[in-house]
Parts: sequence; structure tokens; C-alpha cells
Amino acid sequence: MVNDYAEVAARLEKALLVVDRIEAESVFSESGVPTFELIENVIAPTLERIGTLWINGTASLSQVYMSGRICEELMNSVLPHDSEARISQPRTAIAVLEDYHSLGKRVVTSVLRANGYRIDDYGSGISVEALAAKVVEDRTEILLISTLMLPSALRISDLRFQLRKLGANTRLIVGGAPFRFDTQLWQEVGADAVGISATEALQVVTRMMEELS
Amino acid sequence: MNDSAMTSMQRVLATLGHQEPDRIPMFLLLTMHGARELGMSIKDYFSRAENVVEGQLRLREKYHNDCIYPFFYAPIEVEAMGGEVIYREDGPPNSGRPFIREAAQITSLQFPKVYEAPRLSEVLKAIRMLKERVGDEVPIIGVVMSPFSLPVMQMGFEAYLDIMFEGPELFEYLIKLNEAFCVEWANAQLHAGATAITYFDPVSSPTVTTRDQYLQYGHQIAKRTLSRINGPVATHMASGLALPIVDEIAETGSAVLGVSTMEDLGELKAACCGKLTILGNLNGIEMCRWTPEEAERQVKAAIAKAGPGGGYILADNHGEIPWQVPDEVVMAISEAVRKWGRYPLDWIDVAGS
Repeated sequence: MVNDYAEVAARLEKALLVVDRIEAESVFSESGVPTFELIENVIAPTLERIGTLWINGTASLSQVYMSGRICEELMNSVLPHDSEARISQPRTAIAVLEDYHSLGKRVVTSVLRANGYRIDDYGSGISVEALAAKVVEDRTEILLISTLMLPSALRISDLRFQLRKLGANTRLIVGGAPFRFDTQLWQEVGADAVGISATEALQVVTRMMEELS
Repeated sequence: MNDSAMTSMQRVLATLGHQEPDRIPMFLLLTMHGARELGMSIKDYFSRAENVVEGQLRLREKYHNDCIYPFFYAPIEVEAMGGEVIYREDGPPNSGRPFIREAAQITSLQFPKVYEAPRLSEVLKAIRMLKERVGDEVPIIGVVMSPFSLPVMQMGFEAYLDIMFEGPELFEYLIKLNEAFCVEWANAQLHAGATAITYFDPVSSPTVTTRDQYLQYGHQIAKRTLSRINGPVATHMASGLALPIVDEIAETGSAVLGVSTMEDLGELKAACCGKLTILGNLNGIEMCRWTPEEAERQVKAAIAKAGPGGGYILADNHGEIPWQVPDEVVMAISEAVRKWGRYPLDWIDVAGS
């Protein structure tokens, strides 16, 4: 069966890159692989490869987005995103800070959900104060923050300050254009990690979840 | 040869003709810094054409800028269409929640005429006033969002990609509306006195769409749109990649290409040589914490790669220098261009660069 995983993943990747939803559905339904095996051996490596293609400049953001969305929808059909069976501990959430450009959030959310994680979506255009209050209220342990504009990215240091003031030791993972163009910026704003792509964000979340469990 | 040997206009025209002028032209694409010059908030600054005129003239004088850039802010077109603009103290006015909430709304959209939109009229007023002040000494650069990229602000990126892939009729309908608006807006700016138009088209970048998608959509849209714009056009990828589609961008009729810091300027120069003048590609985000020495180093490196033979305008890579970039860094960039950008660029060989 192990040898078949690579074959299934290759077929899925091909379907996703040309946004062939019907073929992607067929790959899912015909694979006969149990859900979490499918995640670990087919979906995760496929989305990781597509994410790497984007970092290398050989796939586009639209392909990354549609791939994540299709996989998320297919996963939801067998494992709803609020299912207790999802990997839900420690509590993880995502938001777009002070901005309505939500594509990055959507891509990361799709990739995490397609990989079996449960993630709360705090939405877009949320202020530092509102986000800090929500994090404290929900006892969120890992918060992913997506930004497009530099001023929003710089506000993450205010969020870090607010969270400390409220006694929350939430791990912050940041991502978005400003962090791609300045590789030191994530440290400057007091984040714990950066995810330049959805794949990197997934790797960081996986690592943090292991550390916190 | 000193700076007064050529006017900015002559300098830019020579480089667009792929000739070496007296020195590398620099387009310091400063917008909000005008508010800082006038000691007012960004919101107040953009509320009146007179402020932008005064700000741009002061910035040109201070930094010896080779262009006037009366660009207010990116969402001004969607604002005219009914969209929300969010102002902040430390950054460019940003688009708020998209005004197309449901894709089905697209078929009932009606956009205002450019001359009836108060904010767009304020931009046109600024251009007219600037033209009266500077004449033909320096190019005035107008700005439009491409019909292919504007929907990101009109309806949000996700919803837009959804119709691009799965709602072709709505996609085509929206693009047609946007094309008509874009042409009218560009030509109004040219009529008011703009010398050229920057056509911001990040969605066409291979960062966002594949080359095939570009050939199918962005390329066709640009060809149709640019052919109806009555003046020279610079295509700008707003930090996105461009190398894989350089030849096709040249085919659209664009004279200039705004390029990303993520691509090698030498490779871009080789690809664009004789076809497109390169505009770029200093990293505007890193620029926020450059020292003057680092600014000089970056300018030298860019000139060494793209300067020889003309066809190069030094600028940032995004089309707008962030508010957070200190004046001393902008000044250091300007001084470095004037020091190292004089033709002939003999120092490049001497230094072995």
C-alpha cells in the first residue's frame, strides 16, 4: 500500500494544479485509504509539494489557494472542520490583523484543516484590542496572524504587549507579504515564528503542538 | 556632467529610448511622505488636491526626484465605486470590506463616470495644478489599477479567484466593466496633464497566477486596455515576479516594467533589454531599517546590474515607499544615485562589479 501512496499523491497533485475538482474527488473516493492515513500520506505531502512549488516560483498563489480549498472541502465531507476527531489541542486560531485582505488566512486555514487540524477563525479586520481579548477569552495557545500591509505587521508588537499585559503566553506565528520581504521582521515584532508559506505555517504549527502537548 | 545637464523629462525619455542619459533617473515613489513635509495627517493630506501638489513639489525639490507622483492611494477607484477606505496614521489608506458581497451582484453593478466621482476629480485637479507648475520639465505619473487586479479590492481575493476558476460569465462581465472604467480613468489623467500611466497589475504576476492563466486573462486584458490608453504605460507588478512573462508584457505595448526585489536585476535587464525599461527594485520593506550606508550599498548594487546601456529607472519594488522609511534613508538613496548613477558608469568596471 505504501508504494501506492506516492501514486495517489501524484494523481491528486496533477488534479489540484489544474483545478480539476472532479478528478480530485475521484482520487479521494477511489483511494480506499482511511482518513488519517490519507491525510498523512497523500494530502499533507501533496499540499507541501505545491507550497514548495510556490516558494520556488513554479506554482502560483491561485493554484495554492484552489488546491487548499479543494482539499479542505473534500476533507470536510469526511471529517467536518469542527469534528471532535480533529487534532484540536492545544487550541489554535487564525486572524487577519487590521486588514481585510484575507487570502493568506484562507490558504493557511485550508491547509491546516486539510491536514486534520481544528482551527478557529477569528476573521479579518480585527483590532489588536479585540484580538487580544478573544485570545484570552478562548485561552488560545497558538495564534496565527496574517498581514498584507506593513503597518498591520508592525502592530503585532502591540498585540504581543497586550497579551503579556493580560497574562497570556500565547505563541504567535506570523505570515504575509511583509515577512517575505524582510526575513528579520518577525523577530522585530516579537513573534515566536514565521510561516512564509502555508506549508511552513503547517510545519511550525505541528512543531509547536508537539512542544505544547 | 552635473544634474542640471538634462531635465528630468529628458533624462527619462533618453532612458526609455534605451540610451544613456546624464545619469540614472530615479523615481522615488513617495506618496504619504508629502503629508510629513506639510506636517499634517495622512487623511488630511489626501483630502485636498492642493496638499498633494505642495507635498509633491517639496519632495521633488528635497530629493531631486525625476518624477511627480500624484497617486493618492490604491483603493481610490473602489472608493469611487462605493467601496470603503480605511485611513490610518502610519500607512497608506487601505481598502475596507469589499463592496461586492455576493458574486451575483456583479451583473447589476454600475460604476460612476470618472468626472462625476469627487475623489477622482480631486486627483485630476492635483494633476492639472502640477502640470501648470512643472510643465514639461518632469514627468507626471498617473496611476490605474488594472481591470484584472482591481477585483481583489472590489470583491476580495478569494471570491475573485472563485469566479475566475468557476464563474467565467461573472468574471467576463466584471472585467468588461473594469476595462471601460480603467480606460476612462487613465485617459482622464492623461488629459489633465499626466505624462504616463502606471498600470498596477499584481494579479498578472506569476506570483499570483500561472503563466497560462496570464496568457488567457491578464495578457489579453492588458492588450485590450493599453491599446485604448492615449499615452505611454508602465506595467507594475507591485512586488510580484515578472521574469517568466517579460516578453508577453512587452507585447501589451507597455514601455516600462516595475519589477520585484525577489528577482535578480541583472537577469531582468537581460530579459528586458531593448524591449522594456526596468523600474525597480529596492526592497521597500527592508528599507525601513536601512542605514544611509546600506542605502548607498543597495543603490550601487542595483545600478551595477541594471544601469549600463540605459533602459533603467531606479525605484523601490512596490510602487510606494513605506511611511516608515526615514527621510535620511530616502536622502541617502537620492545622493547615492547622483553620486554613482552618472553615465558613463566607469566605476563598475573599475570596481570589478
